[in-house]
Amino acid sequence: MRRLISDTLIIAERNLVRLPRAPELLIAFTVQPIMFVLLFRYVFGGAIRTPGYTYVDYLIPGIIVQNIAFGGFVTAIGLNEDVHKGLVDRFRSLPMSRAAVLAGRTLSDVVTNALSVGILLITGVIIGFAFHADALHALAGIALLLLFGYAFSWFFAFIGLLVSSPESANSVGFIAVFPLTFVSSAFVPVGSMPAVLKTFAEVNPFTIIVDAMRSLWLGAPAHNYVWGAFVWVLVIMAVFAPLAVARYRTTAGQ
Amino acid sequence: MSPDDAAIVVRGVTKSYGSVHALAGVDLDVASGGVLALLGPNGAGKTTLVRVLTTLLKPDGGSARVLGCDVVSEAAKLRERIGLAGQYAAVDENLTGLENLTMVGRLYGTPRAPAKARGRELLERFDLVEAAGRPAKTYSGGMRRRLDLAAALVAKPPVLFLDEPTTGLDPRSRLSLWEVIEGLVAEGTTVLLTTQYLDEADRLASTIAVIDHGRVIAEGTSDELKDRVGGERLEVSLDDAAQAQAAVEALAALSDEAPVADGLLVRLSVRERSGAIVEAAHRLREAQVGVDDLVLRRPTLDDVFLALTGHAAEEAAEAEERERERAA
Repeated sequence: MRRLISDTLIIAERNLVRLPRAPELLIAFTVQPIMFVLLFRYVFGGAIRTPGYTYVDYLIPGIIVQNIAFGGFVTAIGLNEDVHKGLVDRFRSLPMSRAAVLAGRTLSDVVTNALSVGILLITGVIIGFAFHADALHALAGIALLLLFGYAFSWFFAFIGLLVSSPESANSVGFIAVFPLTFVSSAFVPVGSMPAVLKTFAEVNPFTIIVDAMRSLWLGAPAHNYVWGAFVWVLVIMAVFAPLAVARYRTTAGQ
Repeated sequence: MSPDDAAIVVRGVTKSYGSVHALAGVDLDVASGGVLALLGPNGAGKTTLVRVLTTLLKPDGGSARVLGCDVVSEAAKLRERIGLAGQYAAVDENLTGLENLTMVGRLYGTPRAPAKARGRELLERFDLVEAAGRPAKTYSGGMRRRLDLAAALVAKPPVLFLDEPTTGLDPRSRLSLWEVIEGLVAEGTTVLLTTQYLDEADRLASTIAVIDHGRVIAEGTSDELKDRVGGERLEVSLDDAAQAQAAVEALAALSDEAPVADGLLVRLSVRERSGAIVEAAHRLREAQVGVDDLVLRRPTLDDVFLALTGHAAEEAAEAEERERERAA
């Protein structure tokens, strides 16, 4: 157990050290989300009606959730490269904990997610976002975001191990995540969508998580969103963590 | 050799992927302190065997022990005592040379400071001190291989597995890597290496095992193998394929075996190197066979294969490739 923890930290450190050295990654974590916040706020914002909220208040929880979902790409691509470039073979030939490769990878995502949540919150505050909740609820929201990000890392770890190249990891992830995040309450109220999309959006876990964030940060009526969101996070983790681990075993053992 | 002196003992190891028998019952012994080269074409099963012996892959059948540890039931213990340098250099491109070695050391359970010190020591030994602080993605192919080999040596393993250590390297990097490997052997490290090159096996190995279709088809010193292949190869390119039979008859006296005709090409192994070309040219002229070119060369992996299996190494690799694709 001690070995698992120390090896996980070593692998996580290794994944994080690369960040400042890969400018394209750093841009993906900083400039890109800021750009999207500004585009949505100032290009679409004026045309979207969000009764009860200013658009910037409505947007920030949604765009942070979307951004965290997309952040998992780094895990998918990174794991895929590790398998195909032989690094996983090296790790498996070492007397280290075998679980640490995946645990370290997903743990380093928590750090990068915290970084992008911070950047987006600061950007949001600059353009007018404000918490309408006490500190406890605000922190609970951040905790939910990081947990959700952690669960989603396992989804992307699975994708990264499933596909044959980093490029296809990218496109599979994109095709899965783009519709899921857009057909949700992240950017517009679901009531404005055509019936079919509306039905999908209402059961979409992204809607539930975004609405939970709004209830924690903006004091929106909670319904069952907050509990629902935590349940979804656990479901995602319960499904994809074992899948990723099983896939890692078969991929690496060939 | 009794199994007690052997660092590596392999008995009847099998491994299949679908209908493809990557390993079809391999038996091998490597003496402690010895160097065994597994020689064979792509797809012969060399990498699969290395993966079994380094605990990356569970065999379907048979047994293998390295340093007395069973590769399946005592895998964790074994991993402490072996080093693996792979076919493609398995280093983290985003980490510097020193960070790579430090990380590997820490994953062996060494605290950070001594792991770093060991990393510096290895960088010095492998002539990478100047590149120590640069990300590995800026390294040349030869530098990467050296870093990969250094990573395999972090824990000073008594047994080292090298999977095609010089494939794809330029001749100079190849030579410098050979020298490094020879240095390790001189210090008593047991080495099992795989290669497609006869000259590499020749230079580094005390014993060569030729592997084809997942089986060891010949084993011995390089001289023993070459004796089985025959001597120097003479290749005659004809002007006209219709004269192949005439050429075969004219050249038969130069060789112990019948020359082989293949289109415009006639091949034979000659008994005596000296004067072989002159003699062959003379005989062909007497038989009035038009000759485009005459070449005398040392035996290659292809010749070893041709002599041992009756088919060329390339064909074996292609056939294997096709089977693999079918299986997948």
